[in-house]
Amino acid sequence: MSDVAARPAPNLLSNGWIKAGLILAGIVLASIVGAQLDGSGTLHRVLIDPFQQMASAPDLLVQTIWEGLVSGVLYALIALGFVLIFKASGVFNFAQGIMVVFAALTLVGLYEKGVPAFLAVILTLGVMFVLAVTIERVVLRPLVNQPDIILFMATFGITYFLIGFGESVFGGNPKQMITSELYLPKGAIDAKILGGFVSFQKIDIAAAIIASIMIAALAVFFQYTRIGRALRAVADSHKAALSVGISLNQIWVIVWFTAGIVALITGIMWGARSDVSFALEIVALKALPVLILGGFTSIPGAIVGGLIIGIGEKIGEFYWGPLIGGGIESWLAYFIALGFLLFRPQGLFGDKIIERI
Amino acid sequence: MKTSLMKGAALGALLAAGAAVAPASAQDSIYVANNAYRTGPFSGSGIPIGDGMRDYFTMLNERDGGIGGVKINFEECETGYDTKKSIECYEQAKSKNTVVYSPWSTGATLAAIPRAHIDKIPILSMAYGLSASADGNQFPWVFIPPLTYWDGASVMVRHMANELGGMDKLKGKKLGLIHLDAPFGKEPIPVLENLAKKYGFELKLYPVAAADMQNQGSLWLSIRRDRPDFLYNQGWGAMNPTAVKEAIKNGFPINKLVGVWWAGGDDDARAGGAEAKGYKSLSFHQAGANFPVVQDIIKHVVEKGKSLAPKEKVGENLYNRGVYNSMLVAEAIRNAQRLTGKKVINGEDMRRGLETLNITEARLKELGMEGFAAPVKVACTDHSGHHKAYVAEWDGTKWTKASDWMDPLKEEVRPLIEANAKDYAEKNAGWPKRSEPCEKSS
Repeated sequence: MSDVAARPAPNLLSNGWIKAGLILAGIVLASIVGAQLDGSGTLHRVLIDPFQQMASAPDLLVQTIWEGLVSGVLYALIALGFVLIFKASGVFNFAQGIMVVFAALTLVGLYEKGVPAFLAVILTLGVMFVLAVTIERVVLRPLVNQPDIILFMATFGITYFLIGFGESVFGGNPKQMITSELYLPKGAIDAKILGGFVSFQKIDIAAAIIASIMIAALAVFFQYTRIGRALRAVADSHKAALSVGISLNQIWVIVWFTAGIVALITGIMWGARSDVSFALEIVALKALPVLILGGFTSIPGAIVGGLIIGIGEKIGEFYWGPLIGGGIESWLAYFIALGFLLFRPQGLFGDKIIERI
Repeated sequence: MKTSLMKGAALGALLAAGAAVAPASAQDSIYVANNAYRTGPFSGSGIPIGDGMRDYFTMLNERDGGIGGVKINFEECETGYDTKKSIECYEQAKSKNTVVYSPWSTGATLAAIPRAHIDKIPILSMAYGLSASADGNQFPWVFIPPLTYWDGASVMVRHMANELGGMDKLKGKKLGLIHLDAPFGKEPIPVLENLAKKYGFELKLYPVAAADMQNQGSLWLSIRRDRPDFLYNQGWGAMNPTAVKEAIKNGFPINKLVGVWWAGGDDDARAGGAEAKGYKSLSFHQAGANFPVVQDIIKHVVEKGKSLAPKEKVGENLYNRGVYNSMLVAEAIRNAQRLTGKKVINGEDMRRGLETLNITEARLKELGMEGFAAPVKVACTDHSGHHKAYVAEWDGTKWTKASDWMDPLKEEVRPLIEANAKDYAEKNAGWPKRSEPCEKSS
């Protein structure tokens, strides 16, 4: 590369924040002009009306943010499962979704066979551990040092194996999550605030608390313990980690087992909101925009990304969705992620990859 | 776990055996292809339907030795509710000379319609698929008895009027349509828009993307904001139990939530627990095992261990829907045999059999289905019949009949269907003009 390109002339627009500021100013300006031009036209409905709605019914705004917060925490939890495996194996674990289904089905299946609820949870954890060991032995170990894409394709293999295996063991019938047997609360707390009421589902509160504890515990575990340091070493380079005596196999088992625990908790929480069936697999893919936004390698990124996506998509759907017929939530998440990527291509907290030519 | 393992193995063996045996027996049996989805996100609805379909034919083979002395070779093709796979299934059904193709998904029906008109294979999309295909002039090879989604939506409007005390009371009311954001979910929109205009009620749409079937939080917030008087749920699979749960969670009066007939699974309602009592769904047949036909299935199939369904699920709403669908196929085969005098019929004979299908009250009684369903009559131009439906209600443990049989608003629906069918033919350049003659008797 030439010297000129290596030392570019100072350009204000190259600073992301200034760019963002300019765009924001543009939007504000456009909205003011727009509001002047058409009192009740499209611009008004896009730029003014939603905010008027927020002001006139603040209880619904609070409710929307709460719903977003709960989904956000749950997304963050799923995203964390991906991040851990990405850090340790360098792959996007396509099988995370089916692991959610598999864990939830195992739990409910065991309970249906007469195993007490909490014993079933412990046994399910055991199954997830066996699964982690098996994946390490059968899939990952023979693929050490292979290109990432090979490992990625291997997770597809794991997915299809688990779908087939799960269906032959548990059948395809939807099952009910054993929420009350696990002493998860039912019902709602209706709070009268801001001239309306906001209803907090107890199960959602529990989900938010449990997921937050899980996330905090995982973050601490992988940030401050020996294993956490080893994980970060593995993430940097398999070879280098091996050379200083870190057991790759051990790290992989731990990470996949952790992903299994995350899958079980995700399965319980989402299963309680709907039912336990193979449709739950799709839920895990909600983590994809979270990962794009937060960066594939960052635990705080998964948390902040989850919250931004969760709250952003709910507010977007609720206030702006009706303008274009609703149902925008599923792509809005990607849209939000894309918006952030314009300014931080590596994700909010992702590692900046510098490759010199 | 052991039993389900065995069941899984049995299913696998069955599928394998079916594939191996079919061509050999083509001469002395009638081959009936059926798409199934015992796997995938919609398997919750697909399994009971598949079981009901399969068990009815097994019962006919066991009890009567088939239809008119010919065994029925009924074979499932697994689609996982995936339209791409359904096309494979269609090609397979075609190569095995099926007399009828049951797509079992609106997407699969839409994909099969143009093919079937060239291959001359009748499609039976029982109360699903393209509503416009009820026009036999444009769609001689597609049959959609006993009623279409448009009829269903109009029955919903009639139900709303009945609850409010008359069609004139609809003015100013709000009807919300929760629908899967897919061809199936969007089907009732045109007719509801029309009826909303005519009767002066407001229609609110709440689409649910397939990826968000279990993630309906913001949708129900919108419902809380808009406060619709009634909700009609054109939902399927995991979307339905989620909707029932969310309705309860959000304090929407559950008895104002009415599902299309596909949202009336026992598992859908059960998800809501005790508070789901009062949840409603349209239906065109009864649930329960207290019908001679279901008793015969139990006697000849279930108790002999030839069913895939656990005994307690026999007679559930969607199971009985499968039975009903198989009954339509079987009666059309019988009718085709009568018309042609042949024992082993082909697709073209079957088309004639379907087009002159006339299942009377007396015939239903002979079939052990008295009170199970309303009579069905299909005609040369009317491939649906636009028959009656009723509102079923979940009583906490099972579905019960909660209204009289109601006619769809046929005078509203039929012109729309004919206009839409014409439109379809025009948009698909080279759409064949009907060359098949109508039967004299019909």
